[in-house]
Amino acid sequence: MSARVQVYLLAFICISLGLGLTAYKKIELGFPLLPGEQRSVWTVEAKVVFNAEDKPVKVSLALPDSDPNDIVISQDFASPGYGFGWDSEGVQRRAEWARRNATGPQTLFYRLQLFHAPVRTPLEASTPPEVIDFSHLDESTRIAADSLVTHITERSADAKSFANELVRLLNNPQSNMDMSLLLNTENNSSMGQKVAIMMVVLNRAKIPARIARGLHLEDGRKRQTLTELIELYADPHWILLDPETGDTGTPDNFLLWQRGGVSLLDVEGGSNSRVTFSIIENSRPAKALAVALGEDTKAALVDFSIYSLPTEIQNTFKHILLIPIGALVVVLLRILVGIKTSGTFMPILIALALIQTTLFVGLAIFLTIVSVGLWIRSYLSHLNLLLVARISSVVIVVIIIMAIMSVLSNKLGLSQALTVTFFPMIILAWTIERMSILWEEDGPKEVLIQGGGSLLVAVMAYLAMTNTLVEHLTFNFPELLLVLLGIIMLIGQYTGYRLTELRRFQAMVKEH
Amino acid sequence: MFFTTPAKLHAHGMLGMNRRNVSYISRYNDRRYYPLVDNKLKTKQVAEKAEASTPKLLGVVEHQYQVNTLSHILELYSEFVVKPAQGSQGKGILVITGRDGDYYLKPSGERVSEADVMRHSSNILSGLYSLGGKPDVAMVESLVHFDSVFDDFSYEGVPDIRVIVFKGFPVMAMMRVSTKASDGKANLHQGAVGVGIDLATGKALHAVQYDRPVSHHPDTGAHFADLAVPHWDRILPLAASGYEMTQLGYLGADIVLDVNQGPMILELNARPGLAVQIANGTGLLPRLQAIEALRHPDMSTDDRVAYAIEQFGNTAKQ
Repeated sequence: MSARVQVYLLAFICISLGLGLTAYKKIELGFPLLPGEQRSVWTVEAKVVFNAEDKPVKVSLALPDSDPNDIVISQDFASPGYGFGWDSEGVQRRAEWARRNATGPQTLFYRLQLFHAPVRTPLEASTPPEVIDFSHLDESTRIAADSLVTHITERSADAKSFANELVRLLNNPQSNMDMSLLLNTENNSSMGQKVAIMMVVLNRAKIPARIARGLHLEDGRKRQTLTELIELYADPHWILLDPETGDTGTPDNFLLWQRGGVSLLDVEGGSNSRVTFSIIENSRPAKALAVALGEDTKAALVDFSIYSLPTEIQNTFKHILLIPIGALVVVLLRILVGIKTSGTFMPILIALALIQTTLFVGLAIFLTIVSVGLWIRSYLSHLNLLLVARISSVVIVVIIIMAIMSVLSNKLGLSQALTVTFFPMIILAWTIERMSILWEEDGPKEVLIQGGGSLLVAVMAYLAMTNTLVEHLTFNFPELLLVLLGIIMLIGQYTGYRLTELRRFQAMVKEH
Repeated sequence: MFFTTPAKLHAHGMLGMNRRNVSYISRYNDRRYYPLVDNKLKTKQVAEKAEASTPKLLGVVEHQYQVNTLSHILELYSEFVVKPAQGSQGKGILVITGRDGDYYLKPSGERVSEADVMRHSSNILSGLYSLGGKPDVAMVESLVHFDSVFDDFSYEGVPDIRVIVFKGFPVMAMMRVSTKASDGKANLHQGAVGVGIDLATGKALHAVQYDRPVSHHPDTGAHFADLAVPHWDRILPLAASGYEMTQLGYLGADIVLDVNQGPMILELNARPGLAVQIANGTGLLPRLQAIEALRHPDMSTDDRVAYAIEQFGNTAKQ
């Protein structure tokens, strides 16, 4: 395989691998491609209150099912004096608090932080619901319900349309005698009246159904109770139905708390028990959320990544990961444009210093140091010093210049000049030395060309490196480095003319 | 219009810097042979081995302590050149053409002291002029006495002839003559004039200064059309033999004409620049490609020169 083919192949592999990993992180792990993206994180707090009756207390609270659309970030239980345990024997996950003895009003908290995915996938198939026993129904209710079933069955095609028609009648009871009758019978179940009637009718119609309870997620809500919905089993999915409106499907921003199951709250050894919910919405950077979730699920790309490093080192990497961007700018400007710089990667180092000092202050500092340095250097050249000693002297002079600038600017109240220390001093000294030689051998014009070229490239690199999007992408998608590598390899194969050559050779072409 | 188009340059067969680097230098120049040309001391050794003439080596300063003894070497000569063995682009070359009491004279007439010469040597040893600042050695060479026929075409300096040699074939040549602007140096970007030379006859074809055409020497006023390089028949074989000496497929041979000893190799360059195209008013690519297309490129030096004259010489085409 020729070197050229290898380069193309390698570049192709690098670029597709880099883009593939980026796409994976974006789509699967939810990393945001744009900086500053925010996601809502909901904090839901369930508060259980009851009066303890001076005997052993046992409290059991139904907890939200693991819905694939709701990602639980954290949950905790504030329950001083109570032992705590899980009960996951039944279909429903439950929290259990217990205490040997308690008297007076008691309060227990369960706090849940979750990320609620805006796009909902349908609820998974599960076992058909257990049949709820309605044997206690009195005769008149049963007859009314059965007659209603016959009435609705004629006007519906399947379970869903049956339920819709039922809701319509519920909301217009005057149009149907049986419905009016049902609504007038006293209802003493724990459910709401409409829900209870629906359950009875659906049960008589042999449509598997159960009650689902959930919360409408809305910021700042307090003392909420759970909303009851009907869940119909329409093979192979569960369909959620709002008994008030007849709308099917999960409502927007709705957290399903309990699906099926027996009760929401059981309290033994207490009375007047109640559970209320309060809801708070927090905005969190989408990235932080993705990292937290990635760490939680041990996603390899997050677990073995820069995020696993201490914050201090992460910050260092933030800068290191920008260097390739500077390198790309240098590659573009040298190979495609043909700008002369003094030292290949000097512009990147200047750009890194500019990032610390901000652009104009940095340029002013750079020009001052180099000019003063050149002047001092021209004097040193008369003193017949050995090269290494001379450059070392220049280093010291550069440091002195920096110290003076810092002190002066501090006195003048300019804090930015204090950041001069970020300039790589040894490199500066070498630059001064090389420019001084260039001045002696090729004249000041060449110094201006190369110095100006270096600064131009440095400024371009600075602009690219401080772009917020670039910063965001390099740090959060370091696999894009592979893409950069591929691109640079491809540019390395570029055999076309440089922009400056189009100017340089122009006179020659003109003659012919 | 300040810019031309890539298509036009391509039509003229102009070789660009990127293409030179990718398609010629890195493909035909094996890195392990680079030291032979990057170190002028080694170049001199291989040239002497190949019995190609070069300026005489008067002395070498390898260590700092030897700098002080430099004057003992220099006492014997009134004219010499001090240069770094690993310098690039003519950097760090000090030419002394005479003495004035305790002082040495540069071609411009500027006086430099012995201390200046010693400091210059010391700088060379420290690696000031070498690539990457690695320690270097200073060479003292005999001064070339250029043929007086060129006095009108050069200002205070030693003109040299740059021949581009590809796979042993001379493909293009130019003469670089110093001007007042170039301070007696034959560096084109400092203002020296590049004169394209016909491979067949050694006569001037075309001249440029600062990449723009000129017809007369800016200082002496001599007409470049009158320029003809003597001993041309000896120059091309000498340049072509650089291929055998170094094994480098793409190289630039810098040749000077001494009035007594004729053509001498001054140095060889593994990364010759592209100005030779401007000086000749024509691109290198068609010539390079013609040689790449040759079925039997293994010829003797003389055959290669003959082929080049026949193919690339201006008179042959007319």
